[in-house]
Amino acid sequence: MYSDDQRVVITGVGLAAPNASSLSEFREKLINGISEIEEVDLRYFGKAPAGTCRFEETRYRKKKENKKGTRAGCIGVYCSHEALRDAGLEPGSYARDRIGVYVGLTEHGTVETENEIYNIKGYGYDVSYWTHHHNPRTVLNNPAGEITMSLGITGPHYSIGAACAAGNASLIQGVQMLRLGEVDMAIAGGLSESTGSFGIFASFKSQGALADADDPRQACKPFDVNRNGIVVSEGGCIYILETLTRARTRNARIYGEIVGYAMNSDAKDPVLPFWERQVQCMQLALDRAAMTTTDIDLISTHATGTRQGDNEECRAIRSLFADSPQTYVNNTKSIIGHAMGAAGVLELAGNLGSFEDGLVHPTINVTELDPACALDNLVINEAVQSRGIGTILNNSFGMMGINSVLIVRKNIL
Amino acid sequence: MTRDDIKDLILEIIEDIDDEADFDDLDPDKPLRDQLDLDSMDFLDIVMELRKRHQLQIPEEDYPHLATLNSCTAYLEPLLKEA
Repeated sequence: MYSDDQRVVITGVGLAAPNASSLSEFREKLINGISEIEEVDLRYFGKAPAGTCRFEETRYRKKKENKKGTRAGCIGVYCSHEALRDAGLEPGSYARDRIGVYVGLTEHGTVETENEIYNIKGYGYDVSYWTHHHNPRTVLNNPAGEITMSLGITGPHYSIGAACAAGNASLIQGVQMLRLGEVDMAIAGGLSESTGSFGIFASFKSQGALADADDPRQACKPFDVNRNGIVVSEGGCIYILETLTRARTRNARIYGEIVGYAMNSDAKDPVLPFWERQVQCMQLALDRAAMTTTDIDLISTHATGTRQGDNEECRAIRSLFADSPQTYVNNTKSIIGHAMGAAGVLELAGNLGSFEDGLVHPTINVTELDPACALDNLVINEAVQSRGIGTILNNSFGMMGINSVLIVRKNIL
Repeated sequence: MTRDDIKDLILEIIEDIDDEADFDDLDPDKPLRDQLDLDSMDFLDIVMELRKRHQLQIPEEDYPHLATLNSCTAYLEPLLKEA
């Protein structure tokens, strides 16, 4: 058992998703299954469905800073300020050198590098026209660093590179640093600017893993028999993490406690997932939370809409949760696409509202459920009113065989 | 380019960098960075824009000439005489 000084709770959430710029708006859109995925036209690549965020970019910093920085930094600054505001905090509420900023990224620098090569093409590839902003924009700590500069935070900041498990991994880092007493507050979450890179779309396409549909809102269809791949989205979601002691001292609103987490590696294949290791990862998180499968009310799946990825995760869940058919299962990517480094944290945030209203938002775009994905209590196409959600298990997996699981509990026991 | 043209060019470049830049009380003999919200990277943007717009390759040792609006204009005048 951890002491209250080592128990970590979520007290604020700020986000930018393709269909929302606040947690309440996000929740409403998810419950109603409203997707705002659109067709975009990418340099060299052409048209593809994608998720683009529409938040007020100059709410918290000048246009000049947005031009100088990166898209991920811009999203991160917005989400961080929103999260602090949501938590009822200001940067000065804690000693500025006792706040840590941990940002999960799937990749970073791809967009900026592509843009610069395109820029110097206009000057006959003369590299004297290569921007001096390239290095500060592409160092891997860039988005976290932009957040510290905007908020005046002088504690540690860095990125967690963990493919599409990065969002969960950043929250785990925040929990660990709080427990170690390295910081008094963690600003942790995930960001993605991947829609700015034609190469990311082209690589998924070459891999046979990019979604395609006449209606872009219907392109991402996890668990459907006709699913055909990933919809790339940009996005961000930043959490304020505090110890239970400090949150209680300031009478903070608490969304829930991070009671369990786990990460492991498939050690098998660069891109193909592996259900047995996913089972081990979920089991480890349950063990750390001192829970069994029947204690989990809702599983927020990672499923991206690829044939094998969805199959593997469903096999893992079916295997581990065989004795817990009442556990609800849903999927958020069907509505917002795959926000890469922000995916896990956005998907968890989208489900936090179920602690209050008991509603489980649906996996949309399931026209014909794949029998391999027909899990017992899978919520498809329409939201379900449960008798109450008290625990969420949040899966997030990624390339190079990285797996991550978070368990969040509503009640502070 | 005349001296006035060059001044306008510099102010236009700064405005592109920061559309909120306020030139009303700008003293042409005081360093630009002391009066405007410009950091070292923004300053290099001015150098890059001069390169892009007028193919000027300003050597690093000449950067101090770009400190104030007047010194900048004086430095650029012969370079942009034909522009």
